[in-house]
Amino acid sequence: MKMLLQVILIIILAPLMSGLIKKIKNNARMRKGAPILQPYYNLAKLIKKDETISKDTSYIFKVTPYIVLTASIAAAFLTPFFFPGVRLFGIGDVFVIVFIFGLGRFFIALAGLDAGSAFGGMGSSREMFISALAEPALLTALFAASLNAGGSGIGSLMASGAVFKVSMLCAGLAFYFVLLAETSRVPVDNQETHLELTMIHEAMILEYSGKSLAMIELGGYIKQIILISLLANIFIPGSGWDLYIVKLFVVLVVTALLEVFMAKMRLFRAVDFLIFSFILSFAAVIAVVMGV
Amino acid sequence: MDWKLSFDSLSIFFGVVILLVALPSALYSTGYMKGLYSRGRASFAQILLFFFVISMLLVVFSANALFFLLAWEAMSLLSYFLVTLDSHEEKAVNAGLIYVLMTHIGTAFITTAFLILYFYSGSFDFILMKETCLNLPLNIKTVIFLCFLIGFGTKAGLVPFHIWLPYAHPEAPSHISSIMSGAMIKLGVYGFIRFVIYILGASELWWGNLVLVIAGVSAVYGILYALMEKDLKKMLAYSSIENMGIIMLGVGGYMVFLNMQFPLLAVLSLSAALYHIINHAIFKTLLFLCSGVVLKACGTKNMEKLGGLIKLMPVTAFCFLIGALAISAIPPFNGFVSEWLMLQSLFSGAVSVPAELFGKMKVFLALLAGALALTGGLAAACFVKAFGISFLALPRSKKAEAGKDFDWTMKTPLIFLSSLTLLFGIFAAPVFKLLAKITADISGFKSAGSELTSGLLSLSPQGTFHFNGLLLVLLVLAVSIIVYIIVRIISRERSVTYGRTWDCGYYGLTARNQYTATGFSKPLRMAFNFILRPYKKTEKVRDSYYHVKSFKYEIFTKQLFTEYFYSPIIKRLFSFSESIRKIQYGSIHLYIGYIFLAVIFLIIFLKRF
Repeated sequence: MKMLLQVILIIILAPLMSGLIKKIKNNARMRKGAPILQPYYNLAKLIKKDETISKDTSYIFKVTPYIVLTASIAAAFLTPFFFPGVRLFGIGDVFVIVFIFGLGRFFIALAGLDAGSAFGGMGSSREMFISALAEPALLTALFAASLNAGGSGIGSLMASGAVFKVSMLCAGLAFYFVLLAETSRVPVDNQETHLELTMIHEAMILEYSGKSLAMIELGGYIKQIILISLLANIFIPGSGWDLYIVKLFVVLVVTALLEVFMAKMRLFRAVDFLIFSFILSFAAVIAVVMGV
Repeated sequence: MDWKLSFDSLSIFFGVVILLVALPSALYSTGYMKGLYSRGRASFAQILLFFFVISMLLVVFSANALFFLLAWEAMSLLSYFLVTLDSHEEKAVNAGLIYVLMTHIGTAFITTAFLILYFYSGSFDFILMKETCLNLPLNIKTVIFLCFLIGFGTKAGLVPFHIWLPYAHPEAPSHISSIMSGAMIKLGVYGFIRFVIYILGASELWWGNLVLVIAGVSAVYGILYALMEKDLKKMLAYSSIENMGIIMLGVGGYMVFLNMQFPLLAVLSLSAALYHIINHAIFKTLLFLCSGVVLKACGTKNMEKLGGLIKLMPVTAFCFLIGALAISAIPPFNGFVSEWLMLQSLFSGAVSVPAELFGKMKVFLALLAGALALTGGLAAACFVKAFGISFLALPRSKKAEAGKDFDWTMKTPLIFLSSLTLLFGIFAAPVFKLLAKITADISGFKSAGSELTSGLLSLSPQGTFHFNGLLLVLLVLAVSIIVYIIVRIISRERSVTYGRTWDCGYYGLTARNQYTATGFSKPLRMAFNFILRPYKKTEKVRDSYYHVKSFKYEIFTKQLFTEYFYSPIIKRLFSFSESIRKIQYGSIHLYIGYIFLAVIFLIIFLKRF
């Protein structure tokens, strides 16, 4: 029951993260910016609208929003947020979460190709490119954390993440870079751009409108909060739900400032970025073996 | 000569895998060959197929090395005839030639190993061989191990002995490709498990490490080339190399863990390998059969010419999608379970081995896990491309407009295999229990097996990791139903209109504006250009000097091992033959002289010794 309430709370809070990041960003740029609740307004607006679908698409296009949202919510059931150690983690460990995200990504990339436009294809191609390179860094970072904890179950991960270690610093940094790539943020992607040639995630979902777009966006928000929570609970020291909220906020501020101070990289520079992240996570493994 | 058969659990497991692949393929072949081959040729192919399957079963069940070799050779030759069934096509004949050559090099190594073993044991019987191996000198054992590794590695398509695989598999008729990829190459792994693990015993740590390195390289290399491929069947063949790599990760893991005295981990690792063997057999057969339907209906397996097939061949498209999800390790399908198990076995290894003794090992295992993750990511990209380009959006050519599903003989195997992929994903725990029992049987660690299978959820030595497929599926189902109902209620008054794809106001989007398979893999081709070394060929067709009528652009990748390993060897071989030719003058007197010399040499030789 506690688990269910937590997941519902997370679904409700998820869009707030993006709203906060936007607000911090705008304030850092000395702008007033949209209200913090803007993502909610957007979702409400989208749900109210009618939908237009390309006539060239198949059922893949129609089921994708449901699958993306479902995958995100299912992953939320395995993730620690406020309460650690809630049962129902029996479904799987931290690696399963990564694989469940794969389900949503697979379909969203297919949907990008389904309408037959060049933009969708470009988006899918780039999304799979980035994610294929991010995957080793992500799993190795989690591998290092699990090695440190002596198990890949959520409970033991959270328990050992509470103590500061050099290895966890490396792994956390690597995980954070992957987080930036996976949530399509600067420097890998830019959520604000709508220039067709530079966008990655946005290009893929260009054909979506109305409730389908709302579902995909909500799925993205939930994925974002899951990744941030994993970072906060596993890699950043300190435990307890109050500290969790503080850590969440710190991650948001850092992300927002990074978006302000950095520009988007060229697509092929992202390779270096992700390889650097992999090397960091591998260094974390070595550090764990050395015991620091 | 002893024609003894043995039915131990390992043999039975592989026998089941063979039948699981062969029976659907055989049913499929009746529909598939109709219209493609003349009746005489089709029945000839059916007879060959029958004996091919029998020979594979004999390989698995034989209990005598000589018998094994005979069956092995029969299997290789019969599959050669099946590969070259389209003998009017030059490509098929060439592919068959490379195949038969490579496979015989492999057989030569296996034979050598058997002869050495025979020299010491005086028998070809497996049990006697096993007893002899207990007190063989180590260097002899190493030689035997290397021979087996090369021999069975060739059959399994491991890098660098893989070069025949991407040629032979796509050229064979589709139901043969499916059996070759689904079952035959697994027998390389069978041989390896039977002879190296069961008979020879994993004596040294570096053997296992060598296998792990080869496995990791095979996995990444195979999927990289699969990703670059635009030929549907060739792509699947490369992906087989990848999957054999993943399987061998488990086998290598077994050898390593056994050497470090962790029988529990060893059993876990080998069980994961067996799980992946059966999973790969199912989904690769499924994918090859689906691509066969595409090939038969459209007359091409070039992705760039396909597209929009999901509307024309819904059953095939859906089954291909299931297969693609499974092979990309997407939960809750079976590929996910075995890849996850593989990851877990690497991980538990890294956790369990003590850092003071095997610190390097921990790091090595983490690196392998990284390679496995990269493989998974690339596989997802590869199969998004394969499904998205071939089946979605608009047909890219007239040929693709001819797509259709065929009669029940071709549909039933596809549906059967797709449901198996789901079942093996959902009921992971009982399947794993069974496999752990088999592994415990071969390795002799009965207690480890029962320890692994005692808990339903916690599969690990530490009991720290767990996965419950059934629960996951139930969760996903429940969530999706709730999401569906909520969305339905919220948006019940919203209408859906159908329009054109967004075209920036261009008003003339055609199938030619779509993304291509080559374009899709471009970013990864650029990122990995240090391995792939892509080069392009362009060709302009002109009406006159001023008017280019059409422009052809094709991109190729270099085959690293063919280019830098096999080509130089072949070149050397030819120049060596060239130089030897000098003693063949064609003069009869010279030849009589040679014979004379040989006789004198023999007389001296016999007298002396």
